[in-house]
Amino acid sequence: MSESVPDPIIVARGLTKHFGSREAVRGIDLDIPRGGCFGFLGPNGAGKTTTLRMILGQSPLTAGTLTVLGLPVPAGIREIRARTGVVPQTDNQDPDFTVVENLRMYARYFGLKPAQVADRIEELLGFLELGDRRDARIRELSGGMKRRLSIGRALINDPELIMLDEPTTGLDPQVRHLIWTRLRQLKSAGKTLLLTTHYMDEAERLCDRLVVIDRGQIITQGSPQGLIRQHIEPHVLEVQGQAAAVLPVFDGIPGVRLLSVGETHYCYAQELSPVLARLEAVPQLQYTHRVANLEDVFLKLTGHDLRE
Amino acid sequence: MTTLDTTLPHPRTSAFTILLRNALVWRKLLGPSLAFSFGEPVIYLLGLGYGLGQFIGEVNGIPYFTFLASGLLAASAMNVASFEGMFSVFTRMTHQQTYDAILATPLQVDDIVAGETLWCASKSVLNTLPILFVATLLGAIQSWSALGAIPVFFLVGLCFAGPAIVMAAFAPSYDFFNYYTTLLITPMFIFSGVFYPVATLPPVAQVIVQILPLSHAIALIRPLVAGLPLTDPLLHVGVLVGYAVVGYVAATIFIRRRLIR
Repeated sequence: MSESVPDPIIVARGLTKHFGSREAVRGIDLDIPRGGCFGFLGPNGAGKTTTLRMILGQSPLTAGTLTVLGLPVPAGIREIRARTGVVPQTDNQDPDFTVVENLRMYARYFGLKPAQVADRIEELLGFLELGDRRDARIRELSGGMKRRLSIGRALINDPELIMLDEPTTGLDPQVRHLIWTRLRQLKSAGKTLLLTTHYMDEAERLCDRLVVIDRGQIITQGSPQGLIRQHIEPHVLEVQGQAAAVLPVFDGIPGVRLLSVGETHYCYAQELSPVLARLEAVPQLQYTHRVANLEDVFLKLTGHDLRE
Repeated sequence: MTTLDTTLPHPRTSAFTILLRNALVWRKLLGPSLAFSFGEPVIYLLGLGYGLGQFIGEVNGIPYFTFLASGLLAASAMNVASFEGMFSVFTRMTHQQTYDAILATPLQVDDIVAGETLWCASKSVLNTLPILFVATLLGAIQSWSALGAIPVFFLVGLCFAGPAIVMAAFAPSYDFFNYYTTLLITPMFIFSGVFYPVATLPPVAQVIVQILPLSHAIALIRPLVAGLPLTDPLLHVGVLVGYAVVGYVAATIFIRRRLIR
């Protein structure tokens, strides 16, 4: 499933996690290269967060082997964590401390004294545009500020590997763009980013390589553009309406694949002109024509049933 | 998931970082913290000490006011560590997810439990000292040997930290702690000799009380406060140390199970 990668930062073989009878992760192999951004995509409950927890030594492996930064898990976990930064899914700063106090305290967990990190804290406050909130209590911060502080906190130990669990979930577009810009800067600075997300646009923007995980298994992997080319036809038309009214329109066109999610119908086509000809014959149908994206890959591979 | 990691705790010196974190938060929340730990014992001391003291005079050769103050000091050390080990540890483990954040750093569960245990004991001292001070102002303290009670507050804190953290490890919600406070803490407070000598209880009750740790804490603190010689100090220290060690090991094992899944 995975080709060998020179100097990988994470190598997993047969990574498996069971919770009682539930198989959360079912024997995945990973070769994550050093540098760049590697994404874990998958629906809720696919096993993304469990995989991150195993990489961090917060969840013992049921089976398999895992090497992070050249060190075995769990034996090398202290050093692995010393060289890793983590942005958790839920912000968990200390509510009784201010922004600066949170950063100082977190540095101490890495054995760094306040004097050693004073300059770094100023740098991080600037990088994440939190300078004017430095003495604010956590409960006074907006969701976007808390998330930026989480990123700052994850960088306090100048990590080689940064793991982000759904870093922009629930944030407004401005904050998402700021965070994406900063993550790209970290990538350029040579850090390795490991990202879980269920936002396909985020994965497309940031990830150099990604795996799609579903029901605890890797179902495909590659670069975002490579996966789109591999799995999806060149043309995508989205049509709104009742299935009974929409689907017969495409009957008999060669090279057309249909997928319905509620009252949205996706028509994937090798050739555009025969599809457009049919749609123009039914003027009451509204449609949009767009290029294929990662969401199409995701829908094709993980199905369109609702996951809770 | 269901298998318990029963290896003995192996904390590192980074446990002291947890102690520091809690001390810094404590300093910020000093007012409410002291009011909570300090208010009730001082009310007991004033209300029962002055009120009942008029009728009782002396108990076992100790003025009732001193007798009661020494019992309340021991109970305070017990309560402070118990509430910190239950409510605060539970909050940091669940609602605040402080431990999740810490477990992304080189610290491990064993460091967290060791740090929390030391903090519970430290807070027992910090929040019981003001009561000792007030008791001194009110004339309840008979001797300088009362200073020797301060390390005992720490030991009592260690003794009650472990069982309280075990409760936090099993708690689905804050309500769960009612079992422990109602079934153990409150009966110990009433029956272990805070208000009257254990010897006045029926023999079976005396045996039960002497198995539980608070009576041993009082057996150490009372003579120190009253300026009387200690009886069987090694026995009493031994019981408290025993509870502390067993509780600490159990706390580490069960918090591991709760956090490392």
